[in-house]
Amino acid sequence: MPAIKDLMQTMDYGPAPEANAEAAAWIAARPLLGHFINGRIVAPQGESVAVVNPATDAVLCHVGLGTETEVETAVKAARAAQAKWAALPGHVRARHLYALARHVQKRERFLSVLEVMDNGKTIREARDIDIPLVARHFYHHAGWAELLETEFPAHQALGVCGQIIPWNFPLLMLAWKIAPALAAGNTVVLKPADLTPLTAMAFAEICIEIGLPPGVVNIVNGGGETGALIAGHPGIDKLAFTGSTEVGRVLRRQTAGSGKKLSLELGGKSPFIVFEDADLDAAVEGVVDAIWFNQGEVCCAGSRILVQEGVASPFFDKLRARLSTLRVGDPLDKTMDIGALVSHKQRARVEALLEKGSAEGAVLHRADVTLPEKGAFCAPGFFTGTAPAHTVSQTEIFGPVATTLTFRTPDEAAVLANDSRYGLAASIWSENINRAIEMAAKVKAGVVWINATNLFDAGAPFGGMRESGFGREGGRAGMLEYLAPKSSGTVKPRPAPAPLADVAPGAKAQGPGIDVTAKLYIGGKQARADGGQSYTVTGKAGAVLGQAALAGRKDVRNAVEAAGKATGWGGVTAHNRAQVLYFLAENLAQRADEFAQALAATGSSKPDDEVEATIRRAFWYAAQADKFDGGVTATKSQHITLTLNEPFGTMGLIAPDEAPLLGLMSLVLPAIAMGNRVVAVASQSQPLIATRLYQVLETSDLPAGVVNLLTGDRDVLAKSLAEHDDVAAMWYCGSTEGTAMVEAASAGNLKPIWSDGGTLRDWTNPAQGQGDDFLRRAVQVKTVWLPYGS
Amino acid sequence: MMDQGAFPRMTGTPFTPDWFDTVQINTPAAERRAASLPTRRTVKKDYQAAWLARAITCIDLTTLAGDDTPGRVQRLCAKARAPLRADLAQALGLEGITVGAVCVYPTMVPHAVKALEGSGIPVASVATGFPAGLTPLPLRLAEIRYAVDQGAAEIDIVITREHALTGNWSALYDEIAQMRAACGAAHMKAILATGDLKTLTNVYRASMVAMQAGADFIKTSTGKEDVNATLPVSLTMVRALRDFGARTGQMVGFKPAGGLKTAKDAMNWLILMKEEVGTRWMLPDLFRIGASSMLGDIERQLEHHVTGRYSAANRHALA
Repeated sequence: MPAIKDLMQTMDYGPAPEANAEAAAWIAARPLLGHFINGRIVAPQGESVAVVNPATDAVLCHVGLGTETEVETAVKAARAAQAKWAALPGHVRARHLYALARHVQKRERFLSVLEVMDNGKTIREARDIDIPLVARHFYHHAGWAELLETEFPAHQALGVCGQIIPWNFPLLMLAWKIAPALAAGNTVVLKPADLTPLTAMAFAEICIEIGLPPGVVNIVNGGGETGALIAGHPGIDKLAFTGSTEVGRVLRRQTAGSGKKLSLELGGKSPFIVFEDADLDAAVEGVVDAIWFNQGEVCCAGSRILVQEGVASPFFDKLRARLSTLRVGDPLDKTMDIGALVSHKQRARVEALLEKGSAEGAVLHRADVTLPEKGAFCAPGFFTGTAPAHTVSQTEIFGPVATTLTFRTPDEAAVLANDSRYGLAASIWSENINRAIEMAAKVKAGVVWINATNLFDAGAPFGGMRESGFGREGGRAGMLEYLAPKSSGTVKPRPAPAPLADVAPGAKAQGPGIDVTAKLYIGGKQARADGGQSYTVTGKAGAVLGQAALAGRKDVRNAVEAAGKATGWGGVTAHNRAQVLYFLAENLAQRADEFAQALAATGSSKPDDEVEATIRRAFWYAAQADKFDGGVTATKSQHITLTLNEPFGTMGLIAPDEAPLLGLMSLVLPAIAMGNRVVAVASQSQPLIATRLYQVLETSDLPAGVVNLLTGDRDVLAKSLAEHDDVAAMWYCGSTEGTAMVEAASAGNLKPIWSDGGTLRDWTNPAQGQGDDFLRRAVQVKTVWLPYGS
Repeated sequence: MMDQGAFPRMTGTPFTPDWFDTVQINTPAAERRAASLPTRRTVKKDYQAAWLARAITCIDLTTLAGDDTPGRVQRLCAKARAPLRADLAQALGLEGITVGAVCVYPTMVPHAVKALEGSGIPVASVATGFPAGLTPLPLRLAEIRYAVDQGAAEIDIVITREHALTGNWSALYDEIAQMRAACGAAHMKAILATGDLKTLTNVYRASMVAMQAGADFIKTSTGKEDVNATLPVSLTMVRALRDFGARTGQMVGFKPAGGLKTAKDAMNWLILMKEEVGTRWMLPDLFRIGASSMLGDIERQLEHHVTGRYSAANRHALA
């Protein structure tokens, strides 16, 4: 040991290891981890794999890979427990969640150490960030359990939830999944990542400790195959997944048509935008909390740094200087900033991407650190000279290295920020509040941090836009992912639409009136179908009502293009949108008789009622346009946390075959009231009702492109829309098979799909045909964090 | 081994508002960084003892009270010469350790100089109408010259808060430059009284002006404001001196004062210095801690390090 006098000269930190004896003993007593099923820890039946401490390469224990039988047993246990769990008074569920929160707190040091040994993250982060957030999540959701009956009177639990979580925040992701599910009255089958099963099994023991009823929480360990077994199990009502976008796509396809509710929290390539008027030192420290947090293994990491050109040079100088003070090494050492990546495989993947970045011409600046001889350590750094076209600018590195770009103007920053498939988070650095909030509004991201990064709270919804997934975790929005509207009696399947008739000249005679020229409605103009084809529409007793244009893929393309150009609609005031909807109702009312007659000709039994209900609905959504807005969430002190309801952009709407006026407008009205532009496919059997609406729309001051209407083969058009990468969300009211087709086809850009699963709705009944559920599905929540103080 | 080399004395620069007048400090971000510093770093065992010993060498052992007397100053100086009980100093191998300086009012300077004769410990004097700084400028300058004449090697001046609060930066510059001239060979520490400046942006700007005007050290507080040295304020000042250094190559010292009472405080501020400006800024020529009671707590911690038993205040000599 050097003398104190000498240490006074070097002023090094010296080692500061966190003791891990208790955690090591706990692991040693569990050489083979099994599963937690029906309230008991059970030995695994199938194969097992080693659980490795990525910082030392030591094998800690082994973990079983869940088999079909084990998944089956777990789902059965969850099913058996669910009704009783949901029937408990909210207060009783709240007590259980409160007990979980308390016990996590009582074991915080043990859980922190265990997490470090399993994952390689630093003890500081596990101790100061992960575990406190875990406890906070259970506390918050104990509250939702307590308040469920009064806060969500029209909702009920979904049933059994399958939940698949990643290895980067093992216990935190478990908490994010389990807490809301349990609060809402669901039971769960959760699969931890096979790389990091330890804290989940410790949590299982906590469940036993607090006397959680058997079967409420089930944990089946395993890898991707076990995950697929859970995702594919027919006994699962809801699947929640956090992980890579690629696996998200697989799960989207696998669950298509299954009726399972799905939420996906996927990858990101989140922009970190530094304006010339930012506090540069603060922004540099922000980078530390962004890409150098959790070894960069963070889905919402600010991994694309955009810096305004005028300050790029000093900013990079400061960033290089800060990089040089990062400490990388033993994650149990309390002075380390960066621990080990989760595995050597992950390290190799990261290093390969970094090599690719260098090969493509970017300059990699890396911390000059001596890495420990063993363990999956990776020196942090950042690239300069990266261009948007570079692989490293587009691909999630999931390691401690950011790319950088410079920009000239705020507009260019917004364009560059949104030049990504992803839309998870964004971090904005500027001391100009106008600029910062403008950028927060422009950026496509589910979470925006202004002059901060990686702030989390159980009350603040977290989740992505675009290919970062859909669904939110935390807060009221997160609870809704685990609830369904209370069912309204029997469900009847929707009858198939009338087949497309007479695409070639038909056999039937038409009435003597003036010929109806029903075209498509695209970009505010009536347009012929690109294919130059029409089909015959028949009404009551087979009478020919006319021909409707037979739209095809190219018409879908044109309509989406037109909708994409109508960007102004989302930006006008909600009051403006309300006015347009009121005006629409007024114009429809003036032509009520005409629509009633046309509906009568289709065979509608109560045509006047349908027209009247449509007018009322327009009023209702006009009323909602400026009322269904966001809120302010109580998170941390001196922070304003806003939850904004943002429109998706372009939505695809597949109207039901029944109620050709009201059904169509029940979808169009809420979507446009919330600021979306829509491409709607009219009732296949009775499209001529929709085509009469063109003139109503034109006279109602609706900007061109906000509503585009197509007629033709419902499912052909639905497939084109579902596959279209520029359609951000879709509602489908068709058949059961069509639902499966649309859900599978949506995997391309992972647009959220809302369908009625091919069951009929009574559109005239407001309880079924309108409501908050429609409005909620027409928006995505953007959570904006604004810390304040001067 | 860290570079302990001498460096040229601060000369300051012409008044250059470009360096600060558009700078904005983000307070929540500064607070987050300040809060995470002590959680990101810790120092244990022998290293901790070494750091605490280093802190002792950086202390400006201070008495600035209306009831100061020659006797009180003498007692303080005796403590400055022997900040650690002899047996502890010996056990730690730190015989001969002293504090950084003794800091007193101008009229106490001759008593301190006498009491510290031969020790090599400099006497620092507050001046310029401390703590409010609102006496006429000629009197304030005269006070500096008086303290220097009496043997003070370091002068802790206070700035005119009015100039900072009203954004009259050129007036502030001129005044501090005159004070620096009056100091002559004595090193000048500019007290910004950050508790009065309120915003971190003001703190940064005032720091930059003081450095441009030639302050050898920038210092947080008189100890008499409502809020004295805090980590966010210190972070802002240290970053300012880092920016100043990057622009000019000149090295400026930093002195937090007021409110630092515990060994833990000493560790936190040393960590701040190491992280933000590096180990060179952990030596007394660039880092001082203005404190009176902190030394006692450090002694107790060091006794614990030596004996393994928690210590009591009455086992250590009073300052």
